[in-house]
Amino acid sequence: MSLSTQDVEKVARLARLAMTDSEIETARDQLSGIFELIAEMQAVDTNGVEPMSHSQDLAQRLRADIVTESNQREAFQAIAPQTEAGLYLVPQVIE
Amino acid sequence: MFNKSLRQLAADLRAKQISSVELTQLYLDRIAQHNPALNAYVTLDSDKSLAQARAADARLAKGDATELTGIPIAQKDIFCAQGWLTTCGSKMLHNFISPYDAHVISQFNSAGAINLGKTNMDEFAMGSSNETSHYGSVKNPWDTARVPGGSSGGTAAAVAARLCAAATGTDTGGSIRQPAALCGISGLKPTYGVVSRYGMIAFASSLDQAGPMGRNAEDLALMLNTMAGFDERDSTSLQRDKEDYARDLDKPLHGLRIGLPKEFFAAGMGSDVAKAVEAALAEYKKLGATVVDISLPNSRLSIPVYYVLAPAEASSNLSRFDGVRYGYRAPDYSDLNDMYEKSRAQGFGSEVKRRIMIGTYVLSHGYYDAYYLQAQKIRRLIAQDFVEAYKHCDIIMGPTSPSTAFKLGEKGDDPVQMYLSDIYTIAVNLAGLPGMSIPCGFGDNNMPVGLQIIGNYFDEARMLNVAHQYQLATDWHSRAPQGIL
Repeated sequence: MSLSTQDVEKVARLARLAMTDSEIETARDQLSGIFELIAEMQAVDTNGVEPMSHSQDLAQRLRADIVTESNQREAFQAIAPQTEAGLYLVPQVIE
Repeated sequence: MFNKSLRQLAADLRAKQISSVELTQLYLDRIAQHNPALNAYVTLDSDKSLAQARAADARLAKGDATELTGIPIAQKDIFCAQGWLTTCGSKMLHNFISPYDAHVISQFNSAGAINLGKTNMDEFAMGSSNETSHYGSVKNPWDTARVPGGSSGGTAAAVAARLCAAATGTDTGGSIRQPAALCGISGLKPTYGVVSRYGMIAFASSLDQAGPMGRNAEDLALMLNTMAGFDERDSTSLQRDKEDYARDLDKPLHGLRIGLPKEFFAAGMGSDVAKAVEAALAEYKKLGATVVDISLPNSRLSIPVYYVLAPAEASSNLSRFDGVRYGYRAPDYSDLNDMYEKSRAQGFGSEVKRRIMIGTYVLSHGYYDAYYLQAQKIRRLIAQDFVEAYKHCDIIMGPTSPSTAFKLGEKGDDPVQMYLSDIYTIAVNLAGLPGMSIPCGFGDNNMPVGLQIIGNYFDEARMLNVAHQYQLATDWHSRAPQGIL
């Protein structure tokens, strides 16, 4: 299977990855090669096979709906790129 | 001192032959001497390591030490360790000083082990050669022109060069076993769910599993005793009774049935690897084992299935890196979306971006059934092959990797060639089974060959027994690279 330039541009946008035109073209070639590898899978008859998400097929464990974490805002914000007054700063999104 | 097993070191520490501070300093000195050529460690903090060693010596003096108290252990840089730089091999986390400990780290801390330093790795564990690390390639101690394997290549090189007593790795598609094979050491990936993933930076959550890497099977058993156990902070952690993984080490192997998958002994395996693996099987027959031919007919689909599932899960897991709460943020941007796109474009390396894009594509609208769902169905077929095979054998053996360590840069431009080097290891992750690699000889250019041992679910103690008995009869595991001792 080969991908189009538009396919790759769309995926880069969805994945929030800025890419130059030449990076898009390189990615297109490499991704096409990888999808050729993956294509072998398509011909397999899987009618009636249950998908397997986890090897042990466990049900999701539940816990009581109570607070278990203590507030560690200062420790967490100490490593943030930009904070002010206990808030994470990002570029303005609402005019 | 550098060739002693963990039990010998523990005995020496108790007998006051050496203190933990002295042992830790010895390793730090060795690292200073050898690491510049190998690049196995990315972060060292001798003050922190020696402070832990002093505490361990106090604990030893009081007589409340565990088997690992005072022993210097290297940690793969995928494990968050409080106060330690934790980069996961990425520029994205170049400044991430973890505010908390991974479960594995806190287990070692409680046991009184010493965190000797953080080992280099492929970026976000995506790679089979350690060449995708933002912090430079690791070199194989057996030949510094060759790769150590990956993604736990820093750990494998550190163990092989005797720059730690033992160390941790993680394995999503072979990342413990393949570098163990290429560096001539022992490594074990446990059954999925045995070791908590809490604080282990996520790559593909349904496949990721941490495990021990060391110089012999007995050391791995002691390491796994500390690493394994239920942790409610990991939703896939299994609630099981505590096991002693060393309990069966001394059992004889008489009557052991070894399954040999015909698919693993077909075209693709290097003749030097085949020769070493055949010799290992002959040794096992001498130890009383019998061999049975088995088939894993769907294992040929492992690589396509893996390269759908792992990137899909990675694209979701790595969406957290957005330049807002931690890690890298681009210096210049025009608006919020531009900040996301530039921070991610500049913070991630090319292999990580490639996998994020594969994952984003296969999960995007209209493709889910054809890719992700189909891959999950074939995953079940692959797992069922093993269930069928274990009706006829107790353990499965084969090569870990189709070749010995290749040269740095040799597979650089073609991602597909690199992916194929994990052909024998990936099915084990997809099935969630335990797998290990132990040294079984040398191939072309005198590079180490690994024997893969695949167990049934929760059969780690038996696998360690099978490996230990071989290591009592052979000495491949005690060979060391030239210039290291």
